[in-house]
Amino acid sequence: MIHVSGLRKVYGNGVVALDGVDLDVREGEIFGVLGQSGAGKSTLLRCVNLLERPTAGTVTVAGQELTALGRAELRRARQGIGMIHQHFALLSSRTVAANVAFPLEVAGLPRARRAARVRELLELVGLEGKASAYPAQLSGGQKQRVGIARALAAGPKVLLSDEATSALDPGTTQSILALLKRLNAELGLTILLITHEMHVIKGVCDSVAIMRDGRVAEAGTLADLVARPGSLLTREIFPLPEPAPPGTVTLTFAGSADEPVMSSLVRGFDVDVNVLGGSLEDLGGRPVGRLRVRMDGGDHAGALAYLRERGVIVEQAPPGAEGTVPVQARTITEEAR
Amino acid sequence: MNGDELLPALTQATGETVQMVFWSALLTLVLGLPLGVFLVTTDRGGLTPAPAVKAVLGGIVNVGRSLPFIVLMVAILPFTRLVTGTTIGTVAAIVPLTLGAVPFYARLVETALRGVEREVVEAAQAMGAGRARVVGRVMLPEALPGLVAGLTVTVVALIGYSAMAGAIGGGGLGDLAIRYGYQRFDTAVMVVTVVLLVVVVQVIQSLGDLLARRLSHR
Repeated sequence: MIHVSGLRKVYGNGVVALDGVDLDVREGEIFGVLGQSGAGKSTLLRCVNLLERPTAGTVTVAGQELTALGRAELRRARQGIGMIHQHFALLSSRTVAANVAFPLEVAGLPRARRAARVRELLELVGLEGKASAYPAQLSGGQKQRVGIARALAAGPKVLLSDEATSALDPGTTQSILALLKRLNAELGLTILLITHEMHVIKGVCDSVAIMRDGRVAEAGTLADLVARPGSLLTREIFPLPEPAPPGTVTLTFAGSADEPVMSSLVRGFDVDVNVLGGSLEDLGGRPVGRLRVRMDGGDHAGALAYLRERGVIVEQAPPGAEGTVPVQARTITEEAR
Repeated sequence: MNGDELLPALTQATGETVQMVFWSALLTLVLGLPLGVFLVTTDRGGLTPAPAVKAVLGGIVNVGRSLPFIVLMVAILPFTRLVTGTTIGTVAAIVPLTLGAVPFYARLVETALRGVEREVVEAAQAMGAGRARVVGRVMLPEALPGLVAGLTVTVVALIGYSAMAGAIGGGGLGDLAIRYGYQRFDTAVMVVTVVLLVVVVQVIQSLGDLLARRLSHR
C-alpha cells in the first residue's frame, strides 16, 4: 500500500536525515516506525506525503508514484492520505465541525453534504456533542479525536500518524490507540505511525521498522522479529542487561506457553538451571517470554538442541574472559526518556 | 478663540482628521495586508520561497519605515501631485499618510502570520490544500486577532501622523492644536484638542482590543 524505495534526504546544511530507506507497508496493516529522536523517522513520514521532498528515491502510495506527480496531481493524491499530528494541528479559529469539514472543502463537497458527513465522522470518533466547540475548549484526547475525524473526512485509504500520542497522558494514549485499532479493523485503514514509545508498537502494530541514524536497522512483522535470534526488537521489548554476561544463555519463548519445557530440560539432560532474569509480554494477544539462564553440568549441547527443537530461540553469550563486567546497554526507549 | 468660534473649528478639524485617518487606514489595509502576506510567503521555507523578492520587498519596507513622517510627506510631494493632482489639502495628505503606514502595517501583518503554527499550515497542505487556500483559509483566519490588533495600532499611529498633515494644509485636530493652541497661545483650544485626541485614541484602542478578543478562540 505504501512502498518507499531508496529514500534519501540530505538537508541544505549537509545533515543526512535519511540514508537509503526501503519500506513496504501492506494494505490493512498497522506499521510502526520506532526510533529515538534524530533517527530520521519524522523525516521519513513527512516524505511519504511529500511535505518533505526527498533528495533521492521514490514513494508510492496506493499504486501511485507520488514523487513523479506534478503539483496539482499531488494535491489530489494527498486528499487520499490522512495525517494526524503530535500537537493536533487544529485550526483554532474554527469549531470542531468546521475543522472536520476542512478537507471536505478542499475536495469540493457541497455544503449540504458536508454537514452530514461531519456528523457521521464525529460520531465515529465519539465526539457527537462537541461539534460547535472550539479546539481550545477540548482536552488533549478530544483534540486528537478531532484530528482523526478530520484525517478520515475525505475517506483516505492510508493514515499517517506523526507521534500522535506523544503529547497525551497514558490513559488517553490507550484510548486513542484503541480508536486507531478499531478504525483499522472497521474501515480496513492502512496506518503508518512513527513513535519513540515501545508500548505503542506493542499495543497496536502488526509490523515494525526500527530506525537508527537514517536507516532501517530492522523491519518485519512483530511475530517474525521476535522469532529472529538477535533481533533489536526483542531486546527492546524485553530489557535484559546487554551484552549478556559470559556463559549465560538467553531464551525467547515465542511459541506455546503450555509445554513444561524447563522441567523436561532439567530432568532429561541433567543440567542445573539458574534463572537470572526474565520478563513476559503480550504481543498481539500471544504471550511471549524471554529468560536469561545459566546452565551448568549435564548434557549442555543436548539441552540447547532440545530447546531449539521445541521452538525456543536460543542465544548463547560467548564464554568470554573470567571476571568481565557486563555493560548495561541502554535501549531506545530508555534513551528517549 | 471664543466659544462661538471654537465649536465649528473643532467640528471641522475632527471631520478632517476622521477623513484623513479613515481613508489612509482603508488604503493601508488594502495595500499592507498583501504586502505582509508576501513578506511571509516569499521567505525561505515559506509557501513560495523567493529570497530575491523577499529581499527587495523587505528593503522597500525598511526604507519606508526609516523616514520620519514629516520628511516622507515632503519628499513625496511630486508623487502626491501625480496621484491627487494637488500637493495641499486633506485629500493630498492621505497619500503620504498611506505610504507611511503601509510598511508599518505590513510588518505587523508579517509578525501576526508568523505566529500561525507551522504544523497547522503543513496539516492543511497534507490535506491537499493549495497555496491560495492555505493563505486565505488557514493563515489569515488563524492570524485574524493579530491582524485586527495590528490595524488598531496602525490607526492610532495614523492619528499621530495626521497631526503633521497641517504642514501641507491637511488640517485636522493636530493642526488646530498647533496653530491656535501653540502659535497663538490659546490654552483652551490646546486643552480641548488634546482631550479630544486622547478620548478618540482610547475609544479606538478599546474597540480594537475588544474585537481582537472576540475573534480569538485560543
